[in-house]
Amino acid sequence: MSKIFSRLGDGFATLLTEGELRKDLEEGTQDASERGNIPPLTGDEIEHLWDICKGFHKISGVQKGCEVIMTYDGGTNKIPRLGVNTGRLQTLQIYERCFGADTTELSDPDYTFRQVKPTLRDDIPMMEQAQLLMVVPVFYGAMPNLGIYTKPDGPMTNPAELLPMGKIKEAREAYEGAIELAVRDIVTVGSAYYEAGADGINLDTVGASGDPDFKASLLATEELKKKYPDICVEMGMAGEFVLGMHGEITHHGVKLAGLYPHEQVRLAQKSGVTIFGPAINTVTQKSIPWNIARAVTYTKACVEAAEIPVHANMGMGVGALPVCLTPPVDTVSLASKAMVEITRLDGL
Amino acid sequence: MGDGDPAGVAIPHAMASGMGGIRTSGDLVARMQMTRGMKIGEAKKFVAGKLGVSVDELTDDALMREAREDLRLGGVYQLEGQPKGIEIKHHIAEFLGIGINSVRLFKQRSA
Repeated sequence: MSKIFSRLGDGFATLLTEGELRKDLEEGTQDASERGNIPPLTGDEIEHLWDICKGFHKISGVQKGCEVIMTYDGGTNKIPRLGVNTGRLQTLQIYERCFGADTTELSDPDYTFRQVKPTLRDDIPMMEQAQLLMVVPVFYGAMPNLGIYTKPDGPMTNPAELLPMGKIKEAREAYEGAIELAVRDIVTVGSAYYEAGADGINLDTVGASGDPDFKASLLATEELKKKYPDICVEMGMAGEFVLGMHGEITHHGVKLAGLYPHEQVRLAQKSGVTIFGPAINTVTQKSIPWNIARAVTYTKACVEAAEIPVHANMGMGVGALPVCLTPPVDTVSLASKAMVEITRLDGL
Repeated sequence: MGDGDPAGVAIPHAMASGMGGIRTSGDLVARMQMTRGMKIGEAKKFVAGKLGVSVDELTDDALMREAREDLRLGGVYQLEGQPKGIEIKHHIAEFLGIGINSVRLFKQRSA
């Protein structure tokens, strides 16, 4: 029996028998179903994934009419980091006029709200100029990055040092202090860019520092929506469930630690988020079909729970894309097609 | 979307699943999600209705280039005598009947 070309979650090629491919699809959806307490994919959906994964092409694409909207994170960092010395305005234009981008994002190489605050005065004119030049919506994006608020980088005592000493109460207080500081920074920066004409603010990699990170982002969104009722806030997550770094933080009566995407989106929309981005981590030692079935299962449940548009995170290491600096196009386009056609989400 | 080099992530996603941005109608559909919170199906129907095309035609590169030019909604080519940048967004705001933050600011500052 001929084998089917596929890849592992680290990006390297592998061959699967038809039996192995089917087993991986079934086990991938089962893994998400058990961890997230959500329904697995139906038989028809597994068959659809089977057809997609079996015909592994150089490039795949969705059926005509199924196209969705593209939003980006770290948009203006992606070309300069290749050593191509474009300014950020040129990078935005390249995305708009060369890459077929539906939206774009202006960002700073540091990509952290706290870190960009001191240079706002110099950077705001960049957004103002971008708005004169660009036609597609231009977001401003950065991360809450609560880790930056702890010593030696920030003013709060580092919970990672307090916890091994058994100082749980002090560690929680440090996180709570960091939340207050992060909310202030996100609102300050978000307000400045919105008042400079930004079409939206992207809070990216939310939850990277666990439940305090998610809490700060929800509170900041609520403040921004209160100040500017028409503002568009996109919230992209860091991982598939919220780590309980604090463990007791709640929001609107819901404990944040351990929430999965279909639960995260309910809180996000209640806080005024306009577009939500679930992030499902890729497991490197499993096959891409296994990862696709798993990511699609989580995302489908998220889309069904959402009243707002859902744009899945599908970059390196999330959304079934390999953990690989040069993600293979055959795999990226395959995962892209599978995610859109099965989940019926609103964008990537 | 996420991390990775443009040839490995941004471009393949746009080609495999994206609406095409200003080559077609992607920016217009995106604006309906961003300003009205519309899900993809509703946003596409709204924009298709405004343009007088079918939902499938929203991503027809040849058709949409002409439609956008006729309506002064811009495109990838920067043609002589055609509107550019913020001027196009004035037309888009009016055409879709939505508020665009930068257009509102422009009007406020130039009044």
